[in-house]
Amino acid sequence: MLETLAATEPAQGDSVWWALLRIAIMLGFVLAIVPGLIWWERRLLSWFQDRIGPNRVGPFGLLQPIADGVKLFFKEDITPATVDRLLYFLAPAIALFPAFAIWATIPWGPDARLTPIADVDVGILYILAISSLGVYGLFLGGWASNNKYSLLGGLRSAAQMVSYELAMGVALACVILATGSLRLTEVVNMQFEPLWGVVPWMQNWFILTPWGFVAGIIFLITMVAETNRAPFDLPEAESELISGFHTEYSSMKFAVFFMGEYATMLAFSGIFAAVFLGGWSPLPLNWEYLALRANDASLPWLASALTFIGGPIAAPIWMVGKMFGGITFYVWLRATLPRLRYDQLMNVGWKYLLPIAALNFVVVAIWMQFGWFALLGALVVLFLLYVNVVVFLARGRRDGDDEMLTLVNPQVHTEKTIEVSRS
Amino acid sequence: MSLGVAVFLVMAIVIVLSAWGVVVARNPVRSALSLVINFFTLALLYFGMHFDLLGISQILVYTGLIMMLFLFCILLLNLGAPDTLFEPSLFKRSIAWFTGGVLVLAVASQVIGPLAVADAGPSAPQGFGEAGSVGKALFTGWVYAFEIASVLLLVGIVGSILLAKRRD
Repeated sequence: MLETLAATEPAQGDSVWWALLRIAIMLGFVLAIVPGLIWWERRLLSWFQDRIGPNRVGPFGLLQPIADGVKLFFKEDITPATVDRLLYFLAPAIALFPAFAIWATIPWGPDARLTPIADVDVGILYILAISSLGVYGLFLGGWASNNKYSLLGGLRSAAQMVSYELAMGVALACVILATGSLRLTEVVNMQFEPLWGVVPWMQNWFILTPWGFVAGIIFLITMVAETNRAPFDLPEAESELISGFHTEYSSMKFAVFFMGEYATMLAFSGIFAAVFLGGWSPLPLNWEYLALRANDASLPWLASALTFIGGPIAAPIWMVGKMFGGITFYVWLRATLPRLRYDQLMNVGWKYLLPIAALNFVVVAIWMQFGWFALLGALVVLFLLYVNVVVFLARGRRDGDDEMLTLVNPQVHTEKTIEVSRS
Repeated sequence: MSLGVAVFLVMAIVIVLSAWGVVVARNPVRSALSLVINFFTLALLYFGMHFDLLGISQILVYTGLIMMLFLFCILLLNLGAPDTLFEPSLFKRSIAWFTGGVLVLAVASQVIGPLAVADAGPSAPQGFGEAGSVGKALFTGWVYAFEIASVLLLVGIVGSILLAKRRD
């Protein structure tokens, strides 16, 4: 079957059958890997918390997700009496849709016939667009449950995701500006250039460049917020909202929400790997260059090994490995950081991430247009301006200019603003 | 019937049904959801015509952000089913039916007319509406209009913050 397909469509993979094959590979991978992720998260989390974790079902508890799945299948599917039945039923499906649709433009390897599903020239925008749809399932689920806590969870998720989408968009815009392409495969291929244009044996992973590092950190934070994971898991805060938007969901409907969350986490890990971590290259080393040098040093076995590591067959392995690394990072964060307060969440998103991302965007623009020296000069000027503004603001605060303060500093717990609200 | 026409027909049916759902649904949240589906399917239609950027903007701006704000407002205002929307006057209702029918005819003539002539369908020049060309046009020829629009939006934001934070 594959051979005949390859014979009719030699290189492009434009036919419907190839497209269906790409979709089947992606769907099969995501559906097969999500239970494994849940097992990995539970084990890892229990180690972080000095517990043993699920280790009874199968070797190392590996069959635990299957047992969980069976349990969820056979649980009674409770539908509360006062829910909006149509939307209550639809919400999990709506939540699952973007979790799978977002995979369409993520490349796994250099073979254009097998990945990505659609190599469109708006790939990064597509990811932003689809991830912005992710909020509907949570929001509608929270609303349709007809439960105050669920509604609060839904509202929180909407506000949070819309807020963090901006910073994520600007962080990705830095990459778009630097690469001049919205195509994810091109963004990955650009990272196989020599590091900073001068180190020939390393690859120019964007996380290793100064602007890419800033953009990468911002993207990392916003992707955790977009997937509603700790420490940004306010929409489902167990201790205050009793799981928030999915309080009223049980059995398979809950499982679908759960699966959507994990598929989205994996997808965002893949996007982070593709955009900042050099895609399907295991280490920031220029494999072709190193293989050539190994040949020069008459080490043919090393050359072939290096070619294999950087080649198309091993590529998906590294990509999946990076996705798992992303999931591990998620779990690590969840085990380490306490949940943010709501005002802290909004402060971080609007007052820190968005301005830093925008500044980074300006930095990339200056660097692209005028080069490093102009950028350094501009940074010095900016720093001086910043210091000036901070000193000026601090003086304003000492003078007790309360009218101004309430506009720029709405923190309710400082003594000063309490005085203001009394007057 | 080619695959493209079949896909178009399916999406067209979804678009029409969801647009119908917007006005028919009694519950404002369901109306808004119908509009979301409508916008999203419309974007798929744009993809089918190879207007990738237009479709993405449709999803990103309308489906993702504007409809989200609509839903937010609906929830915060806690709107129930509008029972008062029933129009008792037979005269007004007949006028509504008449104007609605004229509108349907006008739109249908524009849809059916080109189909009857068996045209190859609307086609744009190569590279029209691509991200690169749109960006270039936006930041060279139309840069003043673009920047003025952004300033206008900024004024709107500042104004709304002032209105919301005004103390008596």
